[in-house]
Amino acid sequence: MSASPALDHIEAGPHGHHYTTTGLDSRKIAIWAFIGSECMLFASLISTYLIYKGRSVTGPFPHETCVPPACATVIKPILDIPVTSASTFVLLMSSLSMVLALAAVENRNLPKYTFGDRVLGSSKLWLWMTCILGATFLGFQSYEFTSFVHEGLTIRTNLFGSSFFTLTGFHGAHVTAGVIWLGTLLAIDYRRGLEPADAINVDIAALYWHFVDVVWIAIFTLVYLIK
Amino acid sequence: MATVAASPTYAGTGTGEHTGLWSWLTTVDHKRIGVLYLYTSLFFFIFGGLEAVVIRAQLARPNGSLVSAEMYNQLMTMHGTTMIFLAIMPLSAAFFNFLIPLQIGARDVAFPRLNAFSYWVYLFGGLFITLPIFFGAAPDGGWFGYAPLTTPQFSQGVNIDFWVLGLQILGISSLAAAFNFITTIINLRAPGMNLMRMPMFTWMSFVVQFLIVLAFPVITIALIFLQFDRFFGTTFYEIGKGGDPLLWQHLFWIFGHPEVYILILPAFGLVSEVLPTNSKKPLFGYPVMVYSGILIGFLGFGVWAHHMFSVGMGPIADTVFGLTTLLIAIPTGVKIFNWIFTMWGGSLRFTTAMKFAIGLVALFTIGGISGVSHASPPADLQQTDTYYIVAHFHYVLFGGSIMGIFAGIYHYFPKMFGRMLNERLGSWHFWLNFIAMNLTFFPMHFSGMLGMPRRIYRYDTGQGWDTFNMISSIGAGLLVIATAIFVWNFFRSRASGPVASDNPWDAPTLEWSIPSPPPEYNFAEIPLVESRYPLWDLTHPDRTADIPHTKEGWSDQQRAAEAKPVHVETERRSARELGISMPLPTIKPLVVAAGIVIMFSGLIFIHLQNKTIAFTLIFGGAAILVGFLYSWLLSPLELEEAH
Repeated sequence: MSASPALDHIEAGPHGHHYTTTGLDSRKIAIWAFIGSECMLFASLISTYLIYKGRSVTGPFPHETCVPPACATVIKPILDIPVTSASTFVLLMSSLSMVLALAAVENRNLPKYTFGDRVLGSSKLWLWMTCILGATFLGFQSYEFTSFVHEGLTIRTNLFGSSFFTLTGFHGAHVTAGVIWLGTLLAIDYRRGLEPADAINVDIAALYWHFVDVVWIAIFTLVYLIK
Repeated sequence: MATVAASPTYAGTGTGEHTGLWSWLTTVDHKRIGVLYLYTSLFFFIFGGLEAVVIRAQLARPNGSLVSAEMYNQLMTMHGTTMIFLAIMPLSAAFFNFLIPLQIGARDVAFPRLNAFSYWVYLFGGLFITLPIFFGAAPDGGWFGYAPLTTPQFSQGVNIDFWVLGLQILGISSLAAAFNFITTIINLRAPGMNLMRMPMFTWMSFVVQFLIVLAFPVITIALIFLQFDRFFGTTFYEIGKGGDPLLWQHLFWIFGHPEVYILILPAFGLVSEVLPTNSKKPLFGYPVMVYSGILIGFLGFGVWAHHMFSVGMGPIADTVFGLTTLLIAIPTGVKIFNWIFTMWGGSLRFTTAMKFAIGLVALFTIGGISGVSHASPPADLQQTDTYYIVAHFHYVLFGGSIMGIFAGIYHYFPKMFGRMLNERLGSWHFWLNFIAMNLTFFPMHFSGMLGMPRRIYRYDTGQGWDTFNMISSIGAGLLVIATAIFVWNFFRSRASGPVASDNPWDAPTLEWSIPSPPPEYNFAEIPLVESRYPLWDLTHPDRTADIPHTKEGWSDQQRAAEAKPVHVETERRSARELGISMPLPTIKPLVVAAGIVIMFSGLIFIHLQNKTIAFTLIFGGAAILVGFLYSWLLSPLELEEAH
């Protein structure tokens, strides 16, 4: 049941020694219920995108060239797979750094013998990494959005524009909220340090972060990779 | 009949509990929050009922001229929206809040401040969506808001904006509560309270929370698409740009069908508490009742397109959804039989709660029969969009949900307020209600079959509808009288009804083992549960002899939870005396809720062409929201104890 010995003393419940039926912290159960609702949220957005795939009356289009009369001029397929693959990689790496951040908080009080131990055990380092990688992903998204607008695709242009920007925009908003959440944890780490007793809070932030990452994998596959 | 005695109230226990308006604004106590939900939702029930009375006054005679077509659309929309989102769901929430922790042997819900937040968002959201009717700007696209009718092209003005934003606000309330109750039921059960020992109300509520978690996000997205079409000019429902006219309908009904199970299951749960208690017999077929509830929840996601049989989905879709709709009647019918078998051979006591519970069994069955007739696509082609459908859903919602909720109110009023409701007035309420309800809605089966369409503001004479409409309108008038009797009974009993004991109904479950109303800490000692009917084990062991009980010892769990075997507590102490740490009252959930609603109000002003006010409200609301949210999250729930 316990992910690491450091969690045992708070395993009993949110207020320390209070009894819970499952032995788990209530916040953990709540975040899973929340993630359940988020699954349905993104499922609805993704389903709409898939239903509207190929049904835009005018261009630009994601994977096909747009020729008059669907567009005023010829427009190349607007999605840039190589660049988005890079941003996808960045987001996936942020999940790795999130795992390391959680482990660092849980194992804060274990002895660190080597330089490598100290690097791996620095919660501040890995929280920074996750925030920076998340922000980098958001940077790529802004670049992509602005270049699309420049090329003639806005949220109101056609079904593709509406469904694409709403879907990826909602995802980006979730990443932004995650970065703010992690930034808050980082601030607490600087203020008073994150103790193993705080691991539950880092844990639920991590679950949220991984969820947002998994959603991106689904979006990247269905929107970018599958023609 | 007892004289007026000083009965314990939330204000006057004299044991350190707070009194006054501020104590209600800052409460995080699930019992008080339940009472707040009850009062607010009863108010909205009456408001929605008055909207219906105006509708019935308009339709009493052919070519009525009481209200204009536009006002009728607003009344019709708000009646549905009010009853579903502001009356029935929050009435259920009143019971979720008050009862669930008591029934599972807990001191409060998992997240008390989030619980308060849910209530305040509901109140402010309810006001947000209701006040516009006083300015003639109420939502007017039906409670189901079909696009493209509700898109900017066909609905200029702010009416639909209020509807879209109001529902988003109310969705936040329901979702937050769902996360709270799922966690509470999974994680805060007393030792020995395994899932198959939980009272039926808690079980049905558990299923409902999952329905909320899975269904509400879908309507959130449907509304986001409509919001974006209206505010940002997107193309989701834009036919000219290739938008699918059915997208809204599918998304809405994928939410909308589970929503009706959200509306009925809590009432089913309440009936499953009232019938066994007043039959002096355990519920017949408890495991089957649990499984059928779960099955209804599950199948509820597979029937949505039966609301769309007339749109031309094609024979395969029509057949599949027709079949699934027939299928879902089975677990529902099973419940009806189990309730009947519960009463069969029992020693029946016809309290008002019992009458309402039996009323549900009868009237919901009638609604279910018309419901099953809709399951056939060809039959539904005649029925859809007629008053036959209106008859069906009023039988299941009024004859079902409302009857069940009244059963719950009469049954649990003593526990909530420490006094008994008057049984004679209750009887008048029930019988008038029963007769009036049938008078109002039964004729609609006939006018519907004779082709009277829904949602029309007037009709010509000579179509065979006149008499039926007149009877319905008379019935609606009688419903007003019945409800007035209830309201009178409620407030009079609140003030001076006979003082209630711990367990006036000799009921079997944990909430009846503590004083009425319960002290703030609920249980002085967390109970150790050994069966499904712990109080009957103590007082009527013959009734529960056949039900499995725990045989082995409990010492480890007992120690972990400081639990004692189930016992009746009559003393009223304070939490401090008992060394129980209670959550601190706080105004922050209310302020965060206000911040959210202020932000949404700002959006309305964008369409009112006042960008200054709009952005002030949006950013001001956001600042309040974020500031107080941080403060809430970073402050402790209880005073930290020194270990």
